[in-house]
Amino acid sequence: MSEPDRKADPKLLEILVCPLTKGPLRYDAAAQELISERAGLAYPIRDGIPIMLADEARSLEDDAPGS
Amino acid sequence: MNTHDPLLVFDRALVRSHRERAVLAGDKSDFLFAEVAARLADRLSDVKRSFAVGADLGSRGGHMVRATLATGRVDRFYAMDPSPALSACLPVPAVAADEEALPFADASLDLAVSSLALHWVNDLPGALVQIRRALRPDGLFLAAMFGGETLWELRQVLMEAELAISGGVSARVSPMADLRDAAGLLQRAGFALPVADRDPLTVSYSDAWALMRELRDMGEGNSIRLRPRRPLRRAILAEAVRLYQKRHLFAAARVRASFEVLYISGWAPSATQQQPLRPGQATTRLADALGVAERPAGDIAVPRSE
Repeated sequence: MSEPDRKADPKLLEILVCPLTKGPLRYDAAAQELISERAGLAYPIRDGIPIMLADEARSLEDDAPGS
Repeated sequence: MNTHDPLLVFDRALVRSHRERAVLAGDKSDFLFAEVAARLADRLSDVKRSFAVGADLGSRGGHMVRATLATGRVDRFYAMDPSPALSACLPVPAVAADEEALPFADASLDLAVSSLALHWVNDLPGALVQIRRALRPDGLFLAAMFGGETLWELRQVLMEAELAISGGVSARVSPMADLRDAAGLLQRAGFALPVADRDPLTVSYSDAWALMRELRDMGEGNSIRLRPRRPLRRAILAEAVRLYQKRHLFAAARVRASFEVLYISGWAPSATQQQPLRPGQATTRLADALGVAERPAGDIAVPRSE
């Protein structure tokens, strides 16, 4: 039923914001991540499901020094 | 995050894992979720309009998602659950997110529904404000949540048994909002035309053991953050079960358990909704309409300044 690479629903991605800051997200299609610059977090998309949970997100500290 | 904040009543990670375990184990005790989702969807059907974009907040095993789709009132519908594993099993595009930190942009939804998910939220007023902001003007929020009368029998016997045996009480059944709280919270969160009503349900069980087992299978085990780390002592549980049996007997040697479901709804404010007139704007006198002579009530409505 579920193909190996499920794509995230593009219309759903359009209405998502960072749950912490309510700021905009940048969609990195290659990395399958939604990036919140303001929160310094990258939320993963797994099997087409955006995981908008701070404790599952990757911190951007390395590539964005200072804040 | 904020693990020491005394205002955080519930352990959200535990809520997530309880739910996940219950649903992935086959959701054998889901009749209440199915029933309430059906009743909530009925209320959606009563609203004579359709919605372009909607979302279900706290989808669990998907009862409300399926019930909403069956109404045919929503063109594009999304699911949301704090558990990534559950989100992956739902029949519509889903996002994994916490009911306490919504991921939807301002004014992006026409409809938000939620069935029996908001009673584990720490900051209910804050969650309601987030929901209102996610709605477009004239968008509808429709939800069912457990009310304060829920499981009062169990709460009472556990407290009594624990007090009698260990000389103190601890939090075993979670606190819940009552009807008046719910209506007031909707209003404070900025919803127009807020409505809250209650639906008491009585369920019978063979005994209190069966009830407690079922609560766990429903994924509704104790998720209070400051809950005692040790489970209740067997002696306390046995005493609670004995008291329950004595006081809350139902027909045919079964015991009763009360659930109270609060149905709440509110609309994101819009200029097109019915608006109250400002005082003093009437064009007809009430006395004329009633065909009686007007008599002063005694209090005089004049401004304070002379």
